[in-house]
Amino acid sequence: MSIWEYANPKKFIATTAPVIPWAFGGAILCIVVGLIWGFFLTPDADRFGSTVKIIYLHVPSAMIAINGWIMMLVASLIWLIRRHHVSALAAKAAAPVGMVMTLIALWTGAVWGQPMWGTWWAWDPRLTSFLILFLFYLGYVALWEAIPDPDQAADLTSVLCLVGSVFALLSRYAVYFWNQGLHQGATLSMDSEQHIADVFWVPLVVCIAGFILLFVALVLMRTGTEIRLRRLRALERQAQRAAA
Amino acid sequence: MSLRVEGLSVARGGVPVLDGLSFTVEPGQALVLRGPNGAGKTTLLRVLAGLAPPLAGRVEMPPESAAYASHADGIKATLSVRENLRFWADLYARPWAEGVLDDFDLRSLAHRPAGTLSAGQSRRLGLARLGVIGRPILLLDEPTVSLDAASVARFAGWLRERHLASGGLAVIATHVPLGLDAPEFDLSRFRADPMVAGQGSDAAFL
Amino acid sequence: MKALLLRDLRLAVRAGGGFGLSLAFFLIVTVLVPFAVGPEADTLSRIGPGVLWVGALLATLLSLDRQFALDHEDGALPLIATSPLPLEAVALAKAVAHWLTTGLPLTLAAAPLGILLNLEGASFPWLVLTLALGTPALSVIGTFGAALTVGIKRGGLLLSLLVLPLYVPTLIFGAEAARRGAMGLEVATPLLMLAGITLGALALLPFAAGAVLRINLR
Repeated sequence: MSIWEYANPKKFIATTAPVIPWAFGGAILCIVVGLIWGFFLTPDADRFGSTVKIIYLHVPSAMIAINGWIMMLVASLIWLIRRHHVSALAAKAAAPVGMVMTLIALWTGAVWGQPMWGTWWAWDPRLTSFLILFLFYLGYVALWEAIPDPDQAADLTSVLCLVGSVFALLSRYAVYFWNQGLHQGATLSMDSEQHIADVFWVPLVVCIAGFILLFVALVLMRTGTEIRLRRLRALERQAQRAAA
Repeated sequence: MSLRVEGLSVARGGVPVLDGLSFTVEPGQALVLRGPNGAGKTTLLRVLAGLAPPLAGRVEMPPESAAYASHADGIKATLSVRENLRFWADLYARPWAEGVLDDFDLRSLAHRPAGTLSAGQSRRLGLARLGVIGRPILLLDEPTVSLDAASVARFAGWLRERHLASGGLAVIATHVPLGLDAPEFDLSRFRADPMVAGQGSDAAFL
Repeated sequence: MKALLLRDLRLAVRAGGGFGLSLAFFLIVTVLVPFAVGPEADTLSRIGPGVLWVGALLATLLSLDRQFALDHEDGALPLIATSPLPLEAVALAKAVAHWLTTGLPLTLAAAPLGILLNLEGASFPWLVLTLALGTPALSVIGTFGAALTVGIKRGGLLLSLLVLPLYVPTLIFGAEAARRGAMGLEVATPLLMLAGITLGALALLPFAAGAVLRINLR
């Protein structure tokens, strides 16, 4: 039993279809519980006041934004090396989700920055990195849209994803060099006490779990849609050829 | 130096068009491809030239021995006729031979910018590239389009006496008789079964 | 490779080749900036190096969509692809030709345009040095983008969308080195990073460009 069996489009849909409602349900449950817990049942932080509570949206969306791109990179590599169609379509399906997550991270960052730093936008290296990441998502999605042939589009976007990843990493380093920034350090680390207290940490983890489930559910669903679209296209073309 | 094709299947835009092609062209031979529009002549020639991958099967020939020519000749309007040809000679690392200008009746046009040539003259310039780059296997897609009768005869003469006679070979898709003593190969017999998705990328989804 | 390079240079300088277009664009952008930000010499000399870097960067974009599109339209690209020259070398030759007809003239023009922006004396050598180091990277990155979009009708806008994010690290290190150099600060780090990006891009991106050309020719 090899993991690559799930790269068969039919097997992929058959396997993931029952999972999707559970993932959605889990996502909604976790996000609702996490947000209510975080918004109403935790004390205001000493330094930040109640504004700190936006981390329950900001941190999970930012994590998904970055890891979504990494997932696309892995999927692109799998497509380039093993030519599994599902892999290419999963990368395509993940891009708009990751892009929206990047937007949410940027938006909540701005909303948080306003009371904290007194400005909606600062050219802080973390925010700037996310803005650049957003541009990369935009280019990737635009390239998919521009190429009619699906295999060619998959090949070209995969190469773009590879090259883009290198330059995104370089940009991150460049941006840190360019401006040291106002942003506080990483919110989460293995040593939780160093950064934030347990009262905030637990609901945050619940929210993160919710966002991960939401990402998984959306990507599985969108990949299924892409597979069905390709199948529809294949059937239409077969019918055309039969009629000719 | 021969071209050998075995069990070749080719696809256009992911749809298989030709299936189970096998033929061999020996030095000094030409093969004329026949078939209605859409039969897959251009697709087959592009696969033979290595510009598109085959779905299945093998194309055997010595490496870097094929030259492909289609209606798009890659002629640069602002370069002169001679500059256009010298570029191809340099790119293919071939010595420049003035004689090719006579072979294709371009001597009097040599200094004209290619943009000022007529359609037929441009076509002659495009075909002259084949004389310049000296590849033994020619893959020609409708080489005589927009040529007048005299030019067709001249090109056929070059093909027969200069190219084939010196051990070259050619696969030609054409509707115009070139007066070559060449076997014809009817592609419509190898039309891929439309109901079989073949190995095209659609197959993964059916 | 020399043959392709010489042909592209010749095509660029002949009528309609577009040589000088990016230089004119660079000039116009530089002239427009004082109209937008005001004529104060202090402001202009402070933002001058950055403005010239952005101007040069945008100017390199102008001629990028001609890189492969012209050869694609007239059918030269498949004929070049079947030549003994590998597509990786084709991409490198195209990038070098682009730099010689765009990046190099822009680098040389930056100094006289700097006078228009009241650049201080110390700024000039750093500006020219960073542009000389950075514009080759812009040409190679742009060539990759052009190879990526060669088969797309009206791909010019998409090309800009794809290439501009890739330009970010080059721009940051280049403009930062120019700025720091002018202020007499430490410049070794950004300068080395800039050179590193250029060398890395020159070494690796022709392979990526060759691969996407091959995909686009299928």
